[in-house]
Amino acid sequence: MEQWPAITILAADVQAGRTTARSLVERSLKAIAEQADFKAIIVSLDERALARADSIDAQVSAGTAVGRLAGVPFIAKDNFLVYGAETTAASNILKGFTAPYQAAAIEKLEAEGAICVAKANLDAFAHGSSTENSDFMTTKNPHDTTRVPGGSSGGSAAAVVLAMAPFALGTDTGGSIRLPASYCGAVGYKPTYGLVSRSGVVAMASSTDVIGPLTMSVDDAALVLDVMAGRDQLDGTTIEKDVAGYDHLSATIAGKKVGVIKEYLAEGIAPGVKQQVEAAIAKLKAAGAEIIDLSLPSLPTALAVYYILCPAEVSSNLGRYDGQRFGFSYSDATTLDESYKQSRSRGFGKEAKRRIMIGTYVLSSGYYDAYYKKAQTVRTKLINEFMAAFEQVDILVGPTAPDVAFKIGENIDDPLKMYLTDILTVAANLVGVPSISLPAGTVDGLPVGLQLMAAQRADRALLAFAKGAEELIA
Amino acid sequence: MIDPKLKAQYTTTIGIECHVQLKTNTKLFSAVGNDAREAPANSLVSHIDFGLPGALPVLNKEALTLAVKAAFALGTEPERFSKFDRKHYFYPDLPKGYQITQFDEPIIGKGAITIQVDGQPKLIGITRAHMEEDAGKSTHPAGTDYSLVDLNRAGTPLLEIVSEPDMHTSAEAKAYAYELYLRMRYAEVSEANLYYGNMRFDVNVSVSKTDQLGTRSETKNLNSFRSVEKAVDYEVERQINVLERGESVVQETRGWNDDKQATFSQRSKENADDYRYMPDPDIPPVELDEAFIAAIKADMPLLPDDYRSKFAAIDFDGKVVADILAVPESAKLVAQILDTAGPEHARRIAFWLMLNTPTDEEPTVTAAPIAPAEQLIKLSQLVADNKLSSTAAKEVLAVLQQQGGDVEAIATSKNLMQESDENAIAAIVTEVLAANPKAAEDVKNGEMKAIGFLVGQVMKQSQGKANPALAQQLIKRQLALPKEG
Repeated sequence: MEQWPAITILAADVQAGRTTARSLVERSLKAIAEQADFKAIIVSLDERALARADSIDAQVSAGTAVGRLAGVPFIAKDNFLVYGAETTAASNILKGFTAPYQAAAIEKLEAEGAICVAKANLDAFAHGSSTENSDFMTTKNPHDTTRVPGGSSGGSAAAVVLAMAPFALGTDTGGSIRLPASYCGAVGYKPTYGLVSRSGVVAMASSTDVIGPLTMSVDDAALVLDVMAGRDQLDGTTIEKDVAGYDHLSATIAGKKVGVIKEYLAEGIAPGVKQQVEAAIAKLKAAGAEIIDLSLPSLPTALAVYYILCPAEVSSNLGRYDGQRFGFSYSDATTLDESYKQSRSRGFGKEAKRRIMIGTYVLSSGYYDAYYKKAQTVRTKLINEFMAAFEQVDILVGPTAPDVAFKIGENIDDPLKMYLTDILTVAANLVGVPSISLPAGTVDGLPVGLQLMAAQRADRALLAFAKGAEELIA
Repeated sequence: MIDPKLKAQYTTTIGIECHVQLKTNTKLFSAVGNDAREAPANSLVSHIDFGLPGALPVLNKEALTLAVKAAFALGTEPERFSKFDRKHYFYPDLPKGYQITQFDEPIIGKGAITIQVDGQPKLIGITRAHMEEDAGKSTHPAGTDYSLVDLNRAGTPLLEIVSEPDMHTSAEAKAYAYELYLRMRYAEVSEANLYYGNMRFDVNVSVSKTDQLGTRSETKNLNSFRSVEKAVDYEVERQINVLERGESVVQETRGWNDDKQATFSQRSKENADDYRYMPDPDIPPVELDEAFIAAIKADMPLLPDDYRSKFAAIDFDGKVVADILAVPESAKLVAQILDTAGPEHARRIAFWLMLNTPTDEEPTVTAAPIAPAEQLIKLSQLVADNKLSSTAAKEVLAVLQQQGGDVEAIATSKNLMQESDENAIAAIVTEVLAANPKAAEDVKNGEMKAIGFLVGQVMKQSQGKANPALAQQLIKRQLALPKEG
């Protein structure tokens, strides 16, 4: 499938009348329909999208300015509430739930003229690394249909690589944007925690959830971030955006201090992946970056910390799915307790139940101190180590994932092995720093991801560096 | 009734938790109206209150301001750092599966308030006070197989005030509840309307013969001061009877049946619920800066204790002060009059305003028909100048409160102004003495009872407008009696 031009070009063409929003939306819907076999999309919003396209085209004809994303189609992960569309988070318990309001991010994108054309597949409630935990279907990797696209934003990553739209939205709680970007060969951006409002996005783990774009270029990711970023009165954890914004980047590599994390190239990283990442680091050095080896000693604990804190928050956040007000409700129950138990037993998949049980356990009295509280303590230690590292360096570098995309079904019966795919991404979530995955060559035809991180709120500097890296290693 | 001698062998210990509804315009975490009193069911519900996927709570700054005011009203300062936590349980009127509350770092820490028990002050410690959201309301219609849930109340901002177990009698418990009520009203933290459940009391009671505290019961959701008092009395007797039978008091939650004037067992607390408290990641911790606190402090209304010390200057008895304090508008008015017109007017007007105090000991928030201060002072001055009798003044006051207007005009239109023109009254006195020589003679002979008859005659002649004191004075003068006697 032919790739899309840059988003700035698309929007300029629509505004200038060189093309129409309708033709962009039609192209997008056609790509979605023709590549349905990849199972990247849960539902396409043809009618809604075309209506919006026509209204934008009418505004253009009337000479009205229609925004920085005028007529640009995009795909939202199905945990974003889009007004009037079914929002399932790929879970049976939300089947039939039509969003009565919409996500702040969608609101901001639409205000700039972007058009949501479809909702993408994911692991149910974003619990997973492969989309195999979707209650509906498994998305296929665009480069090898026997392999997973990564997760949980696997549908969004596959859709972008398959050129179903110029950009897609994902959520990243422990790596859910970057991992599928790595597996599918896309750019996946995880902003600083709080930079994009979480309002209207089905919560997974509230203290690490972030919203970000999946694109085919750093510039596109930066533009989409710029539109979505900033304080929102519907999310008390949001922060102000950088006064300079995030787009119109100049690539900057020379003179930057780049930390190579020892723990990220240690045992367990596939040789081919290590090779590509080292090759990329060599190119950065050649372009004038100062390479500094450093160690983050608490890093090996990050995954354990994550799989205590994340299920704790998941168990709490999933409490509202009780079958009483929306979504699936077991109708044959004769008592309230039975209604709760049956609605939740039947509505939640295996992974959601696993996380509810782990989370309930670690929050229980008598276990709270040993698990939840201790994990928070280690999390603080990790934050301090990262802050100390960013006193020395501007950028941290390493692989996004230990290996390339695995086979569908390969890890499904071994949750621990599945969790290990997040081992290199979870730290950025626990620490709240921005992180990006860039395509960095392939191993046996399968994409490898290069992960870059920067200090909290240094999103603009990270994107500028990523733009330089993208030019070097593409 | 329990034998007082038996009762005296036991020490009663009482601690009270009080839920106060903060009078914000909107709910604690959503931009929906907070006044659910007359609203149709589920009409004040946003996606946040409904617990829809993706909905996030955002702390209402007005609620925070009121909590800071409450801290000052509870004799302390707000905590500079506090945070919100999730308390988990499943119930249909709890949409999110958790209640947002403050678990271990509340907005208000230790404080203390002075209560008035039979005119005597007593200091009661405050353990803490924290902010939390209310749940919705469930109703279970009799004879049906369904329940109804109204989420209007879900998300209403509450302040839960926890006392130290410093009370030992039902009178103290009642006085504490009442003092909290006064302070929350005066600090303008809450509408404090007990009828609408703006304040609800949970009373923890235990009895013991030793220094060690006994097992306590918690009687929940008392919504009047009298029921606080009665529930304590009931629990003390019940627990002593249990112990005297050689049984043990069970730690449990109890309810209050107002018809039977009795508590009843609701659920045992032996198997403690595990609420799996967790810091709420959606709400950043609250860090108050000094300027914010100082601005609120500077803006604090006068509290009951401020009025108490102010009124000490007027030399009221305690009952009058208590009655005036029961209606904040009255207290403000009396204080204003004291400041502008002095203690004599303040005292007189305070006695008038006492008439506004509901005789029922359960105060209700009445929009007391308060008259403007300057009219009250004018009215008081008319009495001071002997132009109006105090009975007539009350009549004028009633009209003033109902309809407003000018007191002198009201008194004139009702023909209540006293004749204080000495010459005019002297002429009437002369006539009356001439017409009643027998009575005049009796008075001269020292039968002072007869003077009342003569004054009455003067009043009659003057159609009630004569100033009786002046009339009496003139009668004595015309009969050549000494002034006092």
